[in-house]
Amino acid sequence: MTQSRNNDNFSRRSFLKVAGLGGAALCIGLDFISEANAAVIKPHEASLAAIEFNPWIIIDPTGKVTIIDHRAEMGQGSYHSVPQIVAEELEVDLKDINVEFAIGNEKKYGGQVTGGSSTIRGSYKNLLKLSASAREMLTTAAAMAWSVPVSECYAQSGHIFHKPSGKKAGYGELAFAASKLEAPKEPKLKKISEYKLIRKPIRRIDTAAKTNGSLVFGLDKRIPGLQFASVERDPRFLGKVKSFDASEALKVPGVKKVFKVTMGYYEFNREGVVVVANSTWAALQGRKKLKVTWDSGDFKHWSTPEILKKQGELIQSQEGMPLKTQGTPTELLAKALKKIDVTYQTPYQSHCAMEPVNCIAHYKGDSVEIWGPIQAPGWIQDYVSKKFGIDKEKVLVNMTFLGGGFGRKAMTDYPHEAVAISKEIGTPVQVIWTREDDATLGPFRPGISYRCEGTIANGKIEALKFRMAGQNNDHWRGGKKTEPNRSTSEGFLKPYYESIKNLSISDVLFETSIPTSFWRSVYASTNGFAYESFMDEMAHQAGTDPLDFRRAHLQEERCQKLIDKMEEVSGWKKRKKNEGYGVAITECFETTVGQVVKVSKNPNGGVKIDKVWAVMDCGWYVNPDIIHAQVEGSIVMGIGAATTHQITFKDNVVEQHNFYDYPMPRINEIPAIEVHIMENEADAGGVGEPGLPPLAPALTNAIFDLTGKRIRTLPFKLSEV
Amino acid sequence: MSVLKINGQSYTMDADENMPLLWAIRDIAGLTGTKFGCGVAQCGACVVHLDGEAVRSCVTKLSRAEGKSITTIEGLSKNNDHPVQQAWQDIDVPQCGYCHSGQIMSAAVLLRENPNPTDEDIDNAMAGNICRCGTYPRIRKAIHNAAELQRKATKS
Repeated sequence: MTQSRNNDNFSRRSFLKVAGLGGAALCIGLDFISEANAAVIKPHEASLAAIEFNPWIIIDPTGKVTIIDHRAEMGQGSYHSVPQIVAEELEVDLKDINVEFAIGNEKKYGGQVTGGSSTIRGSYKNLLKLSASAREMLTTAAAMAWSVPVSECYAQSGHIFHKPSGKKAGYGELAFAASKLEAPKEPKLKKISEYKLIRKPIRRIDTAAKTNGSLVFGLDKRIPGLQFASVERDPRFLGKVKSFDASEALKVPGVKKVFKVTMGYYEFNREGVVVVANSTWAALQGRKKLKVTWDSGDFKHWSTPEILKKQGELIQSQEGMPLKTQGTPTELLAKALKKIDVTYQTPYQSHCAMEPVNCIAHYKGDSVEIWGPIQAPGWIQDYVSKKFGIDKEKVLVNMTFLGGGFGRKAMTDYPHEAVAISKEIGTPVQVIWTREDDATLGPFRPGISYRCEGTIANGKIEALKFRMAGQNNDHWRGGKKTEPNRSTSEGFLKPYYESIKNLSISDVLFETSIPTSFWRSVYASTNGFAYESFMDEMAHQAGTDPLDFRRAHLQEERCQKLIDKMEEVSGWKKRKKNEGYGVAITECFETTVGQVVKVSKNPNGGVKIDKVWAVMDCGWYVNPDIIHAQVEGSIVMGIGAATTHQITFKDNVVEQHNFYDYPMPRINEIPAIEVHIMENEADAGGVGEPGLPPLAPALTNAIFDLTGKRIRTLPFKLSEV
Repeated sequence: MSVLKINGQSYTMDADENMPLLWAIRDIAGLTGTKFGCGVAQCGACVVHLDGEAVRSCVTKLSRAEGKSITTIEGLSKNNDHPVQQAWQDIDVPQCGYCHSGQIMSAAVLLRENPNPTDEDIDNAMAGNICRCGTYPRIRKAIHNAAELQRKATKS
């Protein structure tokens, strides 16, 4: 090891200077985006003496291994799962590594938007290969130093060992020499049976910091000179400030400045008045004293009954834009002597992560630095760069830990607003959203109405037709309104296309001035309810057991095994009288989840959920305990969205405010939950979201089984069934 | 001037007496483990102990806390090893983790008052704490485990 310099705190600016002079820090760049086989010497940015083997693995001369998490950590486990993958093939112990979040840099890390349950399924193959490649380079470096055959050397716990002699060398000693070698093009990867970490329920490395208050979420981040801001925004999206009176707000001790600010949502704007103060409390107090009048006149205002009525009319009167059509469903349905033709309706929802939206921005003229609970650093770089005319590379986006995200924190509106405020005051600022802001300003999961039609022949579905009318999130981003929402079929299992020869899925254009966007599991969260409830209705029409009915229509092998597992674990066939059992199976982000819900009469009225069994087939996976946790959490969130909360509007203004009128499920409302994972070696699917969509239909199907009452509108109250 | 005793340490604060204890703890004392979740005593993310009792710091005025002993999540144990913290770590209760300072502070009071809680006791004591990630099944299990850890510690 010729490197002696070890200064992790070396600033990026001074590093580049030194690197330019002496090229002291080197890295072997295995480019993640182009194939991972090109060795390129390039400066490593963060730590002068360390060797960056690839964007994810940095080894310093002391042997400290840093693994980079390029995605957001919002509870779903990327901060643990990415290192768990890397450590397996790199042969290091998780207790010895250091994990850091990447800053926004999609050229280096590839896509960084933490959404679509994509972190693992989108990167695991490359991560395995890159990690194995680094391990082989370290092994070769040791063999060369010892003048022994590589085949006599092996890697374990951050060291290379020479088997015959018992010699060993740490990764820190070997890193520099290894970095001079060519990266192997096809490193040898372990078989699943050889894994020591992957597929094991290893405890999360970020748990301890979550039990003593030391973990830094966005709202906990502090930087020198930080001011605090709270914004009174037009309760209507697209609204403008007509006038405001700041005189009383400015009298609040600590309040420094009050001014108008604009928050951009794609190409649309919402205006507000910001109160900047020297503490959170002063900013909140100042905001209460503001007098603002709004100009919300030049766009149509919607109320929930009107939305439902309009959607209902659209799905009755229009065919919509076809997304998927096969056979002749319309003709067959027209001829059918007996058919089912029903409507399902789902509400708008707010994300309400426990950490309300917040963001720190520091505008510095030719650059901007941002810190916060952020799911999409690259999108923020693009948006802020465009809006403020700053080079994308000079928009530095730092992800903190997120106190939940669920899609809300993939938006660029709140960082944009924070930058605008910092620009005006000339200092760094933390913009804090109250719970009321967070719950009521959106963007929301769109509420959607579905018309489902079907007919049965010989015990199976002869023709099926799904139509939906609901807002298309893509429209806010400039998506074409002449094309159907490409997520109209989300949630519906692809093997159904094989067995249902006559089928159409279409989208009827429906627009409002209410902002919408991704919400955990996105369109599968509402589609799943309609499509899998309807599958239950078809099963009853056919006079077939609902689980057997699905078995007959889902011929694909993995589905058959999943159904077998569901039947086995839930005791489906052994269910007793006075017990209602319901089933639903949905597909979301390449993962299939089946759930069985058991309900019974509540002695105090209505029904209660006794148990939920979930079976997930996500193919290749990392940590079974994180999967269990994600499915448990998805089920709880699904129960909330089905039975306890909804967002409604009056003249485009949200009628709810906080948890007292947008109530979350609580510990006393949660059934027993049992999660099973299918074991196979198929490509990895998503984990964080796919557990949510089946809950609502499995629950309402169970209620039908118990009571004969079909629930087609969400949310509903369990106590009123 | 107000003087607050937080985790055994005195903090002198020049702050509005109506300021909620939450913001005094977070912004003035700089202890950010106590969380802001709703501001209206609905979610429990801000639970701290005031002379040993669980209170919602977001609706507790600074004046009410003066002269009392305040314990935040940072002061619950020196080494992150209160039985509740241990039990939480043993089965990875948290997902995002944001609500868990409050969950743990509520559970610690429950276990002190009721060393052997039933599921119903847990429901009653913990229904004031929201977890949006839905970690409730693990919270329940961890409280039972913590009770067991506490019993073992008392015996030995």
